[in-house]
Amino acid sequence: MLRQLKILEFTLSSLLRRKYKNLSLITVYAFTIATLGSVLFLTHALKMEATGSLTTAPELVVQRVAAGRHDLIPTAYTEVISKLPGVASVTPRVWGYYYDSLIKANLTLVGISSYQGDLELLEGRLPDNAEECAIGRGVAIAFGPAIGDDLVLEDSGKSRTVFKITGIFRAESNLLTNDLVVLQEAALRDFFSMDQKLATDLVVQVHNQREIKTLAKKIKYNLPDTRPITRDEILHTYDTLFNWRSGMMLAVAVAALISFCILAWDKATGISAEEKQEIGVLKAIGWETSDVLAVKFWEGTVISLTSFVLGILAAWIHVFAFGAPALVPLLKGWSVLFPEFQLTPAVDFYQVFVLGFLTIVPYLACTVIPSWKTAVTEPEYVMRG
Amino acid sequence: MTRGTIYLIFIAVLLFMTTGLLITSSTGIIDLTEKRQLVQALGITDLSLSSEARYTRHPSQADLFSAFQDFPAAFEHFPTGSIIAPNPVGFFSRVKIQHHSGKQN
Repeated sequence: MLRQLKILEFTLSSLLRRKYKNLSLITVYAFTIATLGSVLFLTHALKMEATGSLTTAPELVVQRVAAGRHDLIPTAYTEVISKLPGVASVTPRVWGYYYDSLIKANLTLVGISSYQGDLELLEGRLPDNAEECAIGRGVAIAFGPAIGDDLVLEDSGKSRTVFKITGIFRAESNLLTNDLVVLQEAALRDFFSMDQKLATDLVVQVHNQREIKTLAKKIKYNLPDTRPITRDEILHTYDTLFNWRSGMMLAVAVAALISFCILAWDKATGISAEEKQEIGVLKAIGWETSDVLAVKFWEGTVISLTSFVLGILAAWIHVFAFGAPALVPLLKGWSVLFPEFQLTPAVDFYQVFVLGFLTIVPYLACTVIPSWKTAVTEPEYVMRG
Repeated sequence: MTRGTIYLIFIAVLLFMTTGLLITSSTGIIDLTEKRQLVQALGITDLSLSSEARYTRHPSQADLFSAFQDFPAAFEHFPTGSIIAPNPVGFFSRVKIQHHSGKQN
């Protein structure tokens, strides 16, 4: 134990002799870990948020597909679906998108028929009549209104329609409601000039959760131009969207991993003349090869462990304290309305362990193996270069 | 105090802080009751993350061709399209080829 402490002491002195080089190495290494860690933390936290909140999403959504695209669905389909055994209810929904040329943003307009009770995440209340609306925080920030003000939108006939704002969703719900404008279903139908016989999609409630998949197949069989989407599939979409094969992981993490490989490769392809000379001197004054390897092992451990811990700490602060400002533009793209969100810290230990294994172990190997090759060579030959 | 001891104390403190943060994050119970109530009331199916294209605003509701919506073989032109790829579900059809009798493959 005391011997290892002495070797660590010697290693630290050796590292301090080349402090600028080693400090820059730790900075680059920690930055790479922080980048990889930030992506892991952000995607995992978003996945937890989505799969946790969307567990109460509609059990089964039925869309109509025409010419390979989503199309309005005839409300007559509700009768066909209602007759299937196991179906509790079928509700036509009206929702759609609205591009506002003033703020150059896309809004999502949702029609609700009736909802009894208060929503905890809504300041104010949901619309009671066709002249009222509730809006998301992003819409409120973009247009600047408060509860009681009017929201003016142009309907499909280019006429100005005024809605009184009765509620604004709280910031905690930004990830779900940021760009929403909630209207009464009849008002939205008028706004979109949508025929009474059509709806955007149908929501099917089933008695037995285990029958959802079977019902989806039956709906597809009876109405071949439909596309049933189950709640499990919605949750699975978010699971795959933010897993390690997701676009974000590929875009950022692969680039960071490649830069780490370059760092490790540079270390593995050879040690500097100064380091070779140091090993030669140590061997000449009587150090065993195992002692030299112990020094190099400690050197690799000090650099990789310090960088790893600093990088993970930086990633945590970046994602959960500052809201991942370096990664958010990737998700934002050209969106004008983008939610300001505070993610609930959620970390998968398995991912952190894998990240540690993939970065610390190769770096240690890249430090020890070239030194072992030098340490087994004759000291005189090494010192002469 | 030697350099070795100072380093060991430094790395122990760092490890303690980081592990503490990670453990709190991995075991912390997230209360999503209010969000679930909201999702149920409005029938929300997707996160309101990117609103630039409908298939990145509602990835779970997007159709198969949404990324190439303008014309056949159109290039994807929204930046988030490379981050939030459409993941179509609920499509069952596939191309079937029927060989007529008398013709050889």
